[in-house]
Amino acid sequence: MAAFSVARRSRGLINGLKVSFRSSGQLKHGAVAAPLLQTSLHRDSRWYSAGHLSVKERIEAKRRAALAGGGQARIDAQHKRGKLTARERIDLLLDTDSFVETDMFVEHRCSDFGMEQDKNKVTHLPEVIFYFFNIIFCLCLFCFSQDFTVFGGSLSGAHAQKICKIMDQAMKVGAPVIGLNDSGGARIQEGVESLAGYADIFLRNVMASGVIPQISLIMGPCAGGAVYSPALTDFTFMVKDTSYLFITGPDVVKSVTNEDVTQEELGGAKTHTSVSGVAHHAFENDVDALLNLREFFTFLPLSNQDPAPIRECHDPSDRLVRSLETIVPLESTKAYDMLEIIKAIVDEKDFFEIMPNYAKNIVVGFARMNGRTVGIVGNQPKVASDEYVVLTPPPPFCCLDINSSVKGARFVRFCDAFNIPIITFVDVPGFLPGTAQEYGGIIRHGAKLLFAFAEATVPKITIITRKAYGGAYDVMSSKHLRGDVNYAWPTAEVAVMGAKGAVQIIFRGKDNQAEAEAEYVEKFANPFPAAVRGFVDDIIEPSTTRKLICSNLEVLARKKQVNPWKKHANIPL
Amino acid sequence: MINLLICFSSQTFDKILIANRGEIALHLPQHTIIYTHINTIHDEAVCVGSAPTSKSYLNMDAIMDAIRVTGAQAVHPGYGFLSENKDFAKRLAAEGVTFIGPDTHAILAMGDKIESKLIAKAAKVNTIPGFDGVVKTAEEAVKIAQDIGYPVMIKASAGGGGKGMRIAWNDEETREGFRFSSQEAESSFGDDRLLIEKYIDNPRHIEIQVLADKHGNALWLNERECSIQRRNQKVVEEAPSTFLDQDTRQAMGEQAVQLAKAVQYSSAGTVEFLVDSKKNFYFLEMNTRLQVEHPITECITGLDLVEQMIRVAKGYRLQHKQEDIPINGWAIESRIYAEDPYKSFGLPSIGRLSEYQEPLNLKNVSVRVDSGIEEGSDISIYYDPMISKLVTYGATRGEALARMEDALDNYVIRGVTHNISLLREIITHPRFISGDISTNFLPEVYPDGFKGHQLEAGKRRELLASAAALYVTVQLRSQKVLSPTPVERSHWELCVQLGEGCYAVEVVKSGNVYNVEVDGGTVEVSGQWNLASPLLPLSINGTQRMLQVNANTYTHNLGFFGVLSKLAAQLNSYMPEKVPEDTSSILRSPMPGTVVAMSVKPGDTVAEGQEICVIEAMKMQNSLTAVKQAKVKSVQCKPGETVGEGDLLVELE
Repeated sequence: MAAFSVARRSRGLINGLKVSFRSSGQLKHGAVAAPLLQTSLHRDSRWYSAGHLSVKERIEAKRRAALAGGGQARIDAQHKRGKLTARERIDLLLDTDSFVETDMFVEHRCSDFGMEQDKNKVTHLPEVIFYFFNIIFCLCLFCFSQDFTVFGGSLSGAHAQKICKIMDQAMKVGAPVIGLNDSGGARIQEGVESLAGYADIFLRNVMASGVIPQISLIMGPCAGGAVYSPALTDFTFMVKDTSYLFITGPDVVKSVTNEDVTQEELGGAKTHTSVSGVAHHAFENDVDALLNLREFFTFLPLSNQDPAPIRECHDPSDRLVRSLETIVPLESTKAYDMLEIIKAIVDEKDFFEIMPNYAKNIVVGFARMNGRTVGIVGNQPKVASDEYVVLTPPPPFCCLDINSSVKGARFVRFCDAFNIPIITFVDVPGFLPGTAQEYGGIIRHGAKLLFAFAEATVPKITIITRKAYGGAYDVMSSKHLRGDVNYAWPTAEVAVMGAKGAVQIIFRGKDNQAEAEAEYVEKFANPFPAAVRGFVDDIIEPSTTRKLICSNLEVLARKKQVNPWKKHANIPL
Repeated sequence: MINLLICFSSQTFDKILIANRGEIALHLPQHTIIYTHINTIHDEAVCVGSAPTSKSYLNMDAIMDAIRVTGAQAVHPGYGFLSENKDFAKRLAAEGVTFIGPDTHAILAMGDKIESKLIAKAAKVNTIPGFDGVVKTAEEAVKIAQDIGYPVMIKASAGGGGKGMRIAWNDEETREGFRFSSQEAESSFGDDRLLIEKYIDNPRHIEIQVLADKHGNALWLNERECSIQRRNQKVVEEAPSTFLDQDTRQAMGEQAVQLAKAVQYSSAGTVEFLVDSKKNFYFLEMNTRLQVEHPITECITGLDLVEQMIRVAKGYRLQHKQEDIPINGWAIESRIYAEDPYKSFGLPSIGRLSEYQEPLNLKNVSVRVDSGIEEGSDISIYYDPMISKLVTYGATRGEALARMEDALDNYVIRGVTHNISLLREIITHPRFISGDISTNFLPEVYPDGFKGHQLEAGKRRELLASAAALYVTVQLRSQKVLSPTPVERSHWELCVQLGEGCYAVEVVKSGNVYNVEVDGGTVEVSGQWNLASPLLPLSINGTQRMLQVNANTYTHNLGFFGVLSKLAAQLNSYMPEKVPEDTSSILRSPMPGTVVAMSVKPGDTVAEGQEICVIEAMKMQNSLTAVKQAKVKSVQCKPGETVGEGDLLVELE
């Protein structure tokens, strides 16, 4: 009631004055308006005429209305769904009292379909909150938070305009944009204006891509055209059980393809983080997601003009990691966990894995080395490619396949765009064979990873822990693709293929296969062939890996490499 | 005091093969050591096969080959498996290789539980009443048990220590105990004979270390108190015992020596006694090998037992006389196990030691750690779950205990669940400190199982304050990025979650000191905040405390140490609880292990408490039972399969 009355008073100037006059005169619009009026009459002399609200009062009232969002009932409903309000999310995400809100006064402009009169809807409230020059751990960023309690967070022209405005500002100063999405979709009542709004946002997403980091946190529904904004940003995070991303919802799916599917199955966090690869991480709930996003943010530079951030580090850069000496099993077909290597090497075991549940045969994520943010890419010998999981007998370990190539390529390109050094751990027996992969286009998808590594000009350090076979050896940040420092562990094997396959080809039809195989192993199942040619710079003791990477990064911080001028490259999409 | 490294001279052997996991080997440099795939490699190593025990250490042929290949002149059998195996000693003798241990006839005599008691009786050693013979069937076991009178104890004849030992209070338990013990005996020793005897309620387990040479001389090296046990395996040992007076000690010592002489024993051995509350003692068995807990005897007597064993094996006379054997100070040993103490005081856990740091910083103050593992080692289901033995020594018992407490606090183990929390509880428990213990200590003190340390208000405040201060330190560190204007905050309102509770905390930072208002009191916390170290030495209200930090939860986990800002804690209350899995209708493996038996199939109806399957892990068989009456919906594993902790075994309807 209170919110409603305030809102009605705050329409355009003339109208607003009229309404205010009436409401204050009759004093029937609730408790908020009345005491406000009385006390301010004594305090403030700048009022226009008796019975009118002063501008200052109107500002106060309006702010109050804006802070109330869609009203207590809707806020309660939001809480009941296990979701926080737009403002609570912002409060949690940002440093205390660090934000400046703008465009609190912007309102939607639609009066069709009863949007003007419908008393059940709270009209003319800010429906997206955005904060200008916000701070996380003293780093500035721009952020918007859609308010589901106002029109279900649907996107109006004004709503889009607010988002565009902060994106423009962010581009101007070079600071990241974080979007907290919780929107029912386009505001149908507004028609093309809403669609135009989306397109305006998309354009800005594209223009900002590679200039400032863009992060989307999906905290509610995000359907239809709206999904393409998160898809264009660098990272899409989701909240389990309460967030959905899909082009068309279950009802439409049912009518078009006759498939029965729930929202969760169609576009829930699990689907997108493990099946489609659309989202990069899923968190337990709003609070978990926002606190993790704060942590995640500390890994990123503010823009492509800034170097990778360096945080105070307590982990000695020359720490020897003895546990690595025994991590690679003696039997070259036995699995081990690449994550253990990564965690043992990076600062304080702190590794923020990106897409941990998708294409698990490659591991990507952020960590720090001696305080400096690095991107880590590693083959995961523990996991077979997704396709092979259903097959028996057990597959060759951690082949590159379509999904892992695409996952790796996108991550490498992000790092390259934002000056984050890339550390690659290689244990890969090759690309995954089979019709499924060939028909799916492993050639052009695998090429993406190759392309990404090759074009990257940031410092690139590569460690071959075990197998580096065939084309996959080339692809995984090899010396030939401008790897700055390439190391091999004593357990490394760099060859065109494994001994068995190679011998079958070289000695086809000969009897002494076993002998030949032994000779092949002796010759190629070790790091020497690559080392004598300088394709690896050194064969190192695993325990010294951290120490060496840290000192190399120190030197490579001065690296400057420029690709030939081009409008843009033509990565095989 | 602690002198471990053995000087090898031409007086003994050039090359000794040690058929063990490697703890002993750590003290014997430059010698050949047998290892299996599972263990770490020392010096010259010989692989005897892949992990399952019956295939590796028990594989005598492979070990004999190893001896030939390496040219070892002597074999030290270590603690278990081969150390008391008569066939092994015989085969060594046939090859002309010295077995560092007693002669075969002594192993034979003492290795047989029945014969050993007869010999003991003849040697005028007190023995347990109600002693009887070998058992072949469950019904025979029941009859014998009834004759002796309950309670009775059932164990494998061939096994040492508590292996395969079960206590039965009635006929039904006797049958069950018979079945388990014979299976275990078969799987671990390849010998399914059993022994049933009177069980002495509420006893202490005190053992006498003896040392004898090949010339008829024998000494007793005082006692070890080993009463703190779980499932009849020792957890904490000390020497001397708080319980024995000099007369009892001497009487026990002399009987132990009588027994040793009666079997012409040579080398180091242990005579185990049960001691009741009136200081009556009964011969239990004799272990004809070096025992895991031998270091505490070394500490208080100053003798190096491994060195003495080697000397004796070479044929030298004992260097000492009985009156030369002192009790100097006090020594405590804690066995650090890779197991979860919250489950039956310790069910095995496995994993890779991602981080492992012995309390080295304390080693110069009489702390000794014997371990056969290192950072990066795999703890597998195939061996004893012992990570190490931690020995502390002091001039007094109090000093030794204080050092033990310190050492446990400084011990970093990550990657596997371990029992340090339980050990610390034991050694600081008033009953333990006062010496009021028995082999039933753990079930008596923790009748509902071990639940972890119960914080009293003052300690809880300290913990909450430390967590809050650490949280603030981490938050402040996050600002120390290349940032133009770090804002130096000095006041935080936080909520710390501890168990079920959530405590409001206010932190005020002044300089390097945090003043934390918590739970109705103020705690002052300061320290060197190294956020990379698993150990965090803090000064809390002026007292030095060592905190262990699990680095894996540093970030990306809601509620880092359960600390949230006040706002986050408020908003957290809106977050829905995730619906937990209904655990009454599924049976998951409580530990990693091998499925030995599956007693049900889909469609069967099981009664509450009925055995569903048996999991073997680290040589212990564990029977899993139904928690309610239900129909079996599906069976997800079969005998012989290896399962991980939490793996689904059986679904009920």
